[in-house]
Amino acid sequence: MAEIQEGGGGQKGGKKRAKKQSTRIDMTPMVDLAFLLLTFFVLTATFNKPKSMELTFPAPPPIDQKQDQVKNGITFLLSKDDRIFYYEGEFKVADDPVKGPKTTISELNFSRESLRKYLLDKSKEMQDKILVLKEKFEKNQLVDTAYKRMVRDVKADPKSYTYLIKTDDKATYKNVIDIIDELNYNTVGKYVMVDILKPELDLVIEKVGAN
Amino acid sequence: MSKKPSKGGAPALDMTPMVDLAFLLVTFFMLTASFRMSEPVVVDPPSSIGKVDLPDNHIMVTVDDKGRAFFGISNASAKKAALIEMAAKYKVGFTEEQIIKFTGLPSFGVDIKDLPKYIDATEDQRAKFQPQKGVPLDTITPNNQLKDWIAIGGREAVKIYLDAKTKAEETNTDFKGKKPVYAIKAASKTKYIYVKDVIKTFTDLKLYQFNLITSLEGGGTIIDPIK
Repeated sequence: MAEIQEGGGGQKGGKKRAKKQSTRIDMTPMVDLAFLLLTFFVLTATFNKPKSMELTFPAPPPIDQKQDQVKNGITFLLSKDDRIFYYEGEFKVADDPVKGPKTTISELNFSRESLRKYLLDKSKEMQDKILVLKEKFEKNQLVDTAYKRMVRDVKADPKSYTYLIKTDDKATYKNVIDIIDELNYNTVGKYVMVDILKPELDLVIEKVGAN
Repeated sequence: MSKKPSKGGAPALDMTPMVDLAFLLVTFFMLTASFRMSEPVVVDPPSSIGKVDLPDNHIMVTVDDKGRAFFGISNASAKKAALIEMAAKYKVGFTEEQIIKFTGLPSFGVDIKDLPKYIDATEDQRAKFQPQKGVPLDTITPNNQLKDWIAIGGREAVKIYLDAKTKAEETNTDFKGKKPVYAIKAASKTKYIYVKDVIKTFTDLKLYQFNLITSLEGGGTIIDPIK
């Protein structure tokens, strides 16, 4: 079809070509245009619709009601330079004979070996339970709704950890999304965003410096 | 490739299938292309494993890395109704023309007093518009315009959704509309405290559920979480 007509090559001095008019049209410009348009539309096409992450925030408790202390909570404190600090249990300002020693914070980072490993260790028992349920579900021993309900029950187990996410004023939005993402990924039970407390902030500042 | 390689000359290649394919693709991309007006601010959201698509019917607050808030409603009629009500509340006059033009705009980040000027500006001017400080969202002073926008916009969007739903039920037609959702889009580098202010605005309005917009992690491979 769209071949290049080469003038005067090929046959050497032989008989003249028939006077038949060629019906072939040079399609090159059209093809050029077609590909130009194709490239334009491919590049301007927006395929990936934005993804979203559903998040429900707790309604603030009535003012006169004292907030319940979370029994087995793990608190993550996010700070600048993607640093995460955490402590387990209740926050203790000073050494206490009943509750135990003063709270100190340890550090984690957003790598597979650090945060993910930590979360996996913490939620091992629960994940095993969910895995058993999942197996049953896949073997069709459980119906869809029952499976979902049982998974929810396992997650709501009062013995499982509650994760509290707090940030100082220098943590970025990315850090928050990353940690929520990691918690989702590891199917932990409950997590919640909470405001940071002054003594916690002081501990973080001690580690990262005031500015 | 040529049928007669021995004779030399230009090799003929039948391009017809290729051209057919090229035009097919051109047609496809042309028909699927949706042109959007450029947003006033480019925000690069962080990635996550979330795989829920953002519903088309949404009310979105964008927070850029400087902490400015931008507000947008996807539903044009809700947007129009919200503007009229906001104009009455803040006593800012809009012409009929401006209202129509406003419904075609993507999100905006200006004080409502500057909004008429912003609407009249051309697209180039809008990008450099001053003062584009974001929609005021002061949580302490009464000048929390973002809160009013969300409250009024949300109410209108829900109303339009419900109207469409009842209408569909009356006529027994299939109704595919989705309830409007609230979405927050913030840049990766945005300090979380700015986002927190926006979230506070939502929770003050007793709206506790929203979608955080993220991009897809690692080119779309989603690993089963329980593994």
